[in-house]
Amino acid sequence: MLREIKILSPTGHLGFTPLEKDSFLTGVSKKPDYIVADSGSADIGPYYLGADMPCSPEMWQRHDLELILKASRDLDVPMIIGSASDTGTNKGVDQFVRIIKEIARENDLHFNLAYIYSQQDKNRIRRILNEVRVEGLDGFEDLNSQILDRTDNIVAVMGPEPIIHALDNGADVIIAGRSSDSSIFAAPLIREGISKATAFYAGKVLECASFCAEPFMGKESVMGYVKEGEVIVEPMHPKQRCTVASVASHSMYERVDPYYERVPGGVLDMSECVYEQIDHRRTRVTGFKFIESELKIKLEGAGKVGERCICIVGFRDPYLIKHIDKVIEWSKKKVEERYSDRTYQLYYHLYGINGVMKDLEPVRNPSSHEICLIVECVAETAEDAKEIATLAARNTFYARLPEVKGTAGTAAMMSDEAILTKPAYEWTVNHLIPVSDPLELFDVHFEDV
Amino acid sequence: MAVKKLVELASTIRSKNAGVNSITFDIIFSNPDNYEKVKKSGMLNKKTIARLFGIPEERIVSFVEFDPANAIKFTIRRVRPSGSPGESDIFGSQQYAPLLDLEIEVDDTTE
Repeated sequence: MLREIKILSPTGHLGFTPLEKDSFLTGVSKKPDYIVADSGSADIGPYYLGADMPCSPEMWQRHDLELILKASRDLDVPMIIGSASDTGTNKGVDQFVRIIKEIARENDLHFNLAYIYSQQDKNRIRRILNEVRVEGLDGFEDLNSQILDRTDNIVAVMGPEPIIHALDNGADVIIAGRSSDSSIFAAPLIREGISKATAFYAGKVLECASFCAEPFMGKESVMGYVKEGEVIVEPMHPKQRCTVASVASHSMYERVDPYYERVPGGVLDMSECVYEQIDHRRTRVTGFKFIESELKIKLEGAGKVGERCICIVGFRDPYLIKHIDKVIEWSKKKVEERYSDRTYQLYYHLYGINGVMKDLEPVRNPSSHEICLIVECVAETAEDAKEIATLAARNTFYARLPEVKGTAGTAAMMSDEAILTKPAYEWTVNHLIPVSDPLELFDVHFEDV
Repeated sequence: MAVKKLVELASTIRSKNAGVNSITFDIIFSNPDNYEKVKKSGMLNKKTIARLFGIPEERIVSFVEFDPANAIKFTIRRVRPSGSPGESDIFGSQQYAPLLDLEIEVDDTTE
């Protein structure tokens, strides 16, 4: 019988906000066999991948990496970090490798480092399109050349195999590019002889750290105790509990389907999971299954749409608020008259009416006594974006409505300034690519530190 | 029978991205009784959701009653992938509000 393997999960998104040290150190004192943390997310939107930028300040990333690296070296157990620097691009991997080496130098630490690239060459993907179908997920059309033309960066989401390969070659510290959240936890378990069903379930429940516990607390550590066919989860914060409800409800978090989770090379089937409260703070889960399938790797890509500018405007006159559609109509018309020869996208975000929910907003007659309008323009150049957003905002000031009493201006300008924001990006690639070798799209490097 | 708001019956009502093209809604009941009552009422279904959010039923890509967590879960397709120009909720985390006041007729005889 295989021994019980302990995996410590200190954070659901390394660096996004700093992890909580006390519960992490409690976890470390219980001598885990591995410390595993994911640093990535697609929830942060397409900008960071498209522009190849981290979304987290390096100070916070360093904070988390330092705590984990020191603990991993003290205990002499591997640490595995997935989706380096939020997006998992090569630049993100290089950044984390640099930070790790700096911390190692400062603390005189020596170990075997592996780092794994997962960014894809667009032209290589373009050539592959001639041979295989790269299927669009979740409503995306199949990948084609035009989509690639609109894409700036693509990463492939690795399964456990590249990480297993790194561990097989003696890696103590692994910095992985874009990775499937559960795979970075599953990798060491599979390598220890645990089945994929158990390994991927352990990954699934541990990937967001304290999100599988209650009450809600972010960035606290959670320990997974894994034996074949069984995963026990225990929160490391003294005031949290892993209950049947908190653990079961985590399996549906951010997923369409709470029973089935697609992972590279198969599907984790949680439809017959049994959850048992074994004491006040721990829950045991059994009954998960794994269905092998053809190996397909997810690709994620984002591309720049244009430069973006916003203006902030307020309204207080009840007559204007009631007829805000007419104000916007006027503003749009004035922009169209002048900029019909340009390519632009113009959006009116009406906070106080339907700014948050847009077309999903069921409140038809809001009673706000004031509303905020954010005009957003995306255009090819920053000059165009600025001019168009400004013209749109100023024309809410000049809207010609018949019964306005306050004829000195039909809007309150927060400032007569158009604010140039980060450029606009969009998700372009959300696809599955079939591969014959799970290491095919990934590039594993080793270095003595 | 009694009419209760969903917010009185559920302990968690949340929304969040599920992938870049969908927003998923979780309604979790801390009390299995309430979960069973809402399920039994048959009043929380695709049709109700479509009416509440003013969308065609085809935009609701899934609706699941999830017994292990005493939860009901459904997912709505976005008009554009999250974070595209014109976005107002990149994380999809503030789309659940209209569910709070949804009225459910529950059997209160066991109370």
